[in-house]
Amino acid sequence: MTGYEALEGVIDNVEVPLLQARGVRKAFGPTCALRQADVTVSAGEIVAVMGPSGSGKSTLLHCLAGILAPDEGEVVFSGRRVDRLNEEQRAALRRTDFGFVFQFGQLLGELSVVENVALPLLLNGVRRGKAMAIAREWLEMFDLADLALRRPHEVSGGQAQRVAIARAMATSPKIIFADEPTGSLDSAAGVTVLDSFTAVARSRGVAIVLVTHESRVAAYASRMIVVRDGVVTAPAAAEWSR
Amino acid sequence: MSVRLALLGLLGRQTSHGYRLKHRYDALMDPSGVVAPAQIYATLVRLERDGLVRQAGMDQESGPARRLYELTPLGHAEVDRWLTRPVEPAPHLQALLYTKVVLLILAGRRIEPFIDMQRETHLARMRELTGLRLSRDVATSVLAEYALYHLEADMRWLEAVASQVERLTKGVAGDDERGGRTS
Repeated sequence: MTGYEALEGVIDNVEVPLLQARGVRKAFGPTCALRQADVTVSAGEIVAVMGPSGSGKSTLLHCLAGILAPDEGEVVFSGRRVDRLNEEQRAALRRTDFGFVFQFGQLLGELSVVENVALPLLLNGVRRGKAMAIAREWLEMFDLADLALRRPHEVSGGQAQRVAIARAMATSPKIIFADEPTGSLDSAAGVTVLDSFTAVARSRGVAIVLVTHESRVAAYASRMIVVRDGVVTAPAAAEWSR
Repeated sequence: MSVRLALLGLLGRQTSHGYRLKHRYDALMDPSGVVAPAQIYATLVRLERDGLVRQAGMDQESGPARRLYELTPLGHAEVDRWLTRPVEPAPHLQALLYTKVVLLILAGRRIEPFIDMQRETHLARMRELTGLRLSRDVATSVLAEYALYHLEADMRWLEAVASQVERLTKGVAGDDERGGRTS
């Protein structure tokens, strides 16, 4: 084996993070919401971001996902500097490689459930027939096939959230950013949503950054980081293997 | 957990013997299996003495012959009375956790590092329980769910404490001084 081959072997075995933030700072006027944040997310892992209300959890999520541009520091996704992309490029990244799940009001009331799931595919230029077929497959995976033609107001909160997750998954993203995805649900519905969300993500190797203030939700993650007063800490002992 | 009442509850459903009762008790109430078989048999003897159960023949279907027990009318009444009354909330659910937090505040130490540490410890257990909750075995799943809700309550309380450390510090220190126990 030549030196180069040996070196390539070493490089192949080094795990390159899917997403990495280094020294990220973000302020809103005089308020510094995030200070020197360092975060790494590997492919396929589920990372919980915990912390009290107003601690900077959502700001961190938005910086990682290219929704907000950091004032300082860098965000690298699959080798690309997200923080250096212009708005159009960031929007393209969000449509293809990123998925989003929020707490409230994600589904368009004018569209049926299956159309909601097909929407990001249509925006990506997939032809309608194919987009609808893919959307139906995702609905099937989340046990929602019977609801395909209903409008969002005709399904329960837990079902609507699973539709939103199916939609986030529909473009086969590498990572999903979920901000309090069960925050508006009761415990039982929240558990149903998280069971299917994490199971499908794991089976597909999709990473999840899961912002939550609930330990019950964070328990679904394989790792946790804590944000307090804009400072990110990642306790070593909080890392578990699944 | 009262083994006596649990056995009465299990016998209320069907006639059984000590070996099967031990198995059912472990599966439904205590997967750690800390209750010794001898305790099950001794409890059955006491229940018989108190007129709550009586012998109902021998089970000879499989393995060695085993003595079967069933509830007496008095036993049925006792089970009904117990099952239909609310459980009194325990006065101190997690006394050790509470005591540590109060002493940390009293000592003027920062509470956040302790909460972070406790969160990790709780989450590690909650993660195991989240896996167990998906078990096909219904009893395991329900028991894991029960434990998850309790650990979650601990964490919510700790976060509530963390959000009002200043007020609590003044309050605890004030109580201490008024009690004349400052050192």
